[in-house]
Amino acid sequence: MRRKATKFELWSVAIAAFVMIVLLPALNVTPEGSFLHVSNFTINLYGKYLCYGLLAISVDLLWGYTGLLSLGQALFFTLGGYMMGMYLMRMIGNLGQYHQPIPDFLVFLGWNRLPEFWKPFGSFPFAFLMALLLPGTLALVFGFLAFRSRIRGVYFAILTQALTYAAMLLFFRNSLLMGGNNGFTDFKFIFGYDLRNPATQRGLYIVTAATVLAVFLGCRWLSRTKFGLVQQAIRDSENRVLFSGYAAGNYKLFVFVVAALIGSVGGMLFVPQVGIINPSEMGPDKSLEAVVWVAVGGRGTLLGPILGAFGVNAFKSWATRAYPDLWQIFLGALFVLVTLFMPKGLVGLPEQLRGLKERFAARNKIKNEPAAPVSGAAEELAKTK
Amino acid sequence: MPSFIPVVPALKFLRMPDFGGRTFSFPRVCLAWFFLALTLCLGARAATEPASDAVVRQQLVKTLLSEGEEQQTNLLELAGTGSKLVRDVLTAWTRDGVYLYDAPDSTKVPIMLEDQTDADGKARAIRIIDGQFLKDDKGQELRFASADLTAADTDMRLRSAIQQTLDALALSDPNPDARRSAILKLGNSGKPKNIALLQARLEKETNGEVKKSLNEAIALLQLGSSDPAIQISAVQKLAALDCIGSLDNLKRLAVDPKTSPSVVKETKLAISGIEQHIQWVNFFGTIFRGLSLGSVLLVVALGLAITFGLMGVINMAHGEMIAVGAYTCYVVQNIFGSGFGFTINLPFSIAGHQLGFGMHLPGLNATGWFYESYFLFALPLSFLMAALAGLVIERSVIRFLYRRPLESLLATWGISLVMQQCFRMVFGANNVQVNSPSWMLGHFSAHDVLFGYNRVFVIAFAIVIVIGTWLLLTKTPLGLLIRAVMQNRNMASCIGVRTDRVNMLTFAFGSGLAGLAGSFLSQIGNVGPSMGQDHIVNAFMIVVVGGVGSIVGTIYSAVGVGTGDQVLQQVTGSPVAGKIVMLVLIILFLQWKPGGLFAIRSRSLD
Repeated sequence: MRRKATKFELWSVAIAAFVMIVLLPALNVTPEGSFLHVSNFTINLYGKYLCYGLLAISVDLLWGYTGLLSLGQALFFTLGGYMMGMYLMRMIGNLGQYHQPIPDFLVFLGWNRLPEFWKPFGSFPFAFLMALLLPGTLALVFGFLAFRSRIRGVYFAILTQALTYAAMLLFFRNSLLMGGNNGFTDFKFIFGYDLRNPATQRGLYIVTAATVLAVFLGCRWLSRTKFGLVQQAIRDSENRVLFSGYAAGNYKLFVFVVAALIGSVGGMLFVPQVGIINPSEMGPDKSLEAVVWVAVGGRGTLLGPILGAFGVNAFKSWATRAYPDLWQIFLGALFVLVTLFMPKGLVGLPEQLRGLKERFAARNKIKNEPAAPVSGAAEELAKTK
Repeated sequence: MPSFIPVVPALKFLRMPDFGGRTFSFPRVCLAWFFLALTLCLGARAATEPASDAVVRQQLVKTLLSEGEEQQTNLLELAGTGSKLVRDVLTAWTRDGVYLYDAPDSTKVPIMLEDQTDADGKARAIRIIDGQFLKDDKGQELRFASADLTAADTDMRLRSAIQQTLDALALSDPNPDARRSAILKLGNSGKPKNIALLQARLEKETNGEVKKSLNEAIALLQLGSSDPAIQISAVQKLAALDCIGSLDNLKRLAVDPKTSPSVVKETKLAISGIEQHIQWVNFFGTIFRGLSLGSVLLVVALGLAITFGLMGVINMAHGEMIAVGAYTCYVVQNIFGSGFGFTINLPFSIAGHQLGFGMHLPGLNATGWFYESYFLFALPLSFLMAALAGLVIERSVIRFLYRRPLESLLATWGISLVMQQCFRMVFGANNVQVNSPSWMLGHFSAHDVLFGYNRVFVIAFAIVIVIGTWLLLTKTPLGLLIRAVMQNRNMASCIGVRTDRVNMLTFAFGSGLAGLAGSFLSQIGNVGPSMGQDHIVNAFMIVVVGGVGSIVGTIYSAVGVGTGDQVLQQVTGSPVAGKIVMLVLIILFLQWKPGGLFAIRSRSLD
């Protein structure tokens, strides 16, 4: 299990990291008409995909590595986004439509001063801390309750879905003073830099890409420690792990909290790049979508989720533009086909093809050598099992 | 095995040839349903009787042309007719909408103008005497602007007489609801002279509800009396009647300094009595709304209890099955109406020909009770359509995923996306209009608690399909096979049950139930492409709370969650807050009973 990374893997990750973190931003700086130029739009789009990649990793850490299908990861993503959004809302200052020192929607709701809990969000460290604390605490409490009573499998999936649904209903309410339906938008500055400036966006992109790399490496390390092995053992047979004397619940709780934090960081990076956050981001369908990215990319791998998030979203962007009426059908069909025919996702495709090839070869062998069919048939049977 | 017992082919193919047994006959059930539908249609015919117009019209004209005292008496006579025509004409009269046309033979002809005017602002004139259009000698229809004519004039005294006639007319309206609203208006008018009018009506009235309203209105008017004895008796009467509408008046009376102390004392007693009554009304209203919401949830979740609970398939497309049922209802409605058609243009072309397809179903252009009976035909059809859709999905996708339940979630979500988009393409992105049959509109009230017919219907409907499902699962051979396969697929297969066919039928049945739910939801909610999404989370919660695999648990949990939701709405004062609290409570509940209300006990670990 604890094999060393092959040279090929190391090099491909290193090259991918170099391209994403250094090369793309560098090409973005080249003059506009240049052959090598990467547009601001592309940088922004890739930044968004990378944030989704973080969300996908958080889903995969739970589903692919621990066997816990969470249909509420988008909740943590959105919570992180909201904390960041609160900071960004404060940074607007009185440049809003109403030219008041408080966010526009509060003016609209009839407030003339800042509510108490909004006040500390003027400082970024506080917002950052809250973006980790709030989703982390929620995951801790919910996870504690869920794992204590050994809720697992489908039950866990449905409960997390209910949780995110409840949170969505809550955030839709104006009385929560979090922007209601419209959420937060019209951000202007981050750390004093103008968000509409391409240079700021480039900086955010680099931070995002570097975060993805760090999370990737961190999860890779985690999955190779003894902790990671227990985690995967829980996925494969929770009862055996329990009987061996491990407190599986605590392991699951830790992973659940870590996944929530990763998701939350993704949300924090997502908001300044996309420029809007609203409650529909935590709808049950968003979480499901994240699960699909992982399934398409290949669960139980770390590259898979990032690939899946990139691939599915790029496909979606293309399809929505090329076939505005049909893209949902394409997307839906893609999910069905991937589930039916590619259970290991994109990452597992080479292996699957290799298996098919071998099977094909074995069958040919039987056809060509009818005298000795027994061993070939047994082999084939063993493969299909 | 006895071979003389009829075996319906539909069931025979589920078993290996050696199996026999009693079966229920599907065609017979269909036939029964059809006759039930027919009887209900015939029963739903409303009986409305046209008033004897000619006499009324003559009386009207006489009144309009007479003057002074005579006019007053004529007016009062009109009150006895109870005709809608009289009401319209008199109302128009008070608004200067009745004209006296000077005919060439120097007689005056009372006329009214049509609402519809032409380009010059002129309208055709309707003669009140016979309802025909006014014509000149050549038979040409005459047109007037209202300024050209002299209105039949009215003075203060006449107006008040007309108003009184109108009130009396409203009191004798054939529709009890209309009578009650007229009574309510008079009761709140604060004019003691109306007491006589109301009392006169009270003697003739036969309807109990209306009588109660009359008594309340009289008592309300008597509150304004200057005699404390009358006031006290009025207050006592109101308290005895638990008249909610009088609460404001009573409170005003209680704080009025002019009221005598004995009356105030009695009034306060009455107020507290009525407030208690209101609490009871709210309580029962909440329970009733909770039951009906629970029934909706139950109807929605029952199909899922079978596909998810029994079969273990996480069918995220369950919501779309509901939508299939609702849209079936819409299509059936349109076939009974003006027909239904759609065209879809695909963004592809082959050799310059745009690809696309379309369809048109001609309409029956039915009207009246026949049109309204569409719903009874839509119910079984929506079951069949959704079952068919379920069958196709099961055969094409789900049967490969029985061993990978979590992945069935992803595949069915993909299916749900595809289906939603198909709905959008065929029916448009907006909600479509499904008309409720008139027998489902309206409400009746008992002790001030309102019972909407559609809510009553949904409760009855839920009971019927629960009983139907229970009968199917426990009393039919098919049910036996279903239970056997769900308990132990391998064992069932070993003793000769064709498990994949049972799976197929079970899934189709569960989907069909969702379709039934959809046809019902079309009557009380919106029908749109994403309507299924509104129900899917709730439906899963209901099944989980009830205990996966237990139909009884689903029933208890649906009713419990529905009632709880309504109660919490009352307590928290906002529907959304109530929902959130409910969800949190459910999560906490599962701490206490992780397997749901009726967990299936088993010795196996996973």
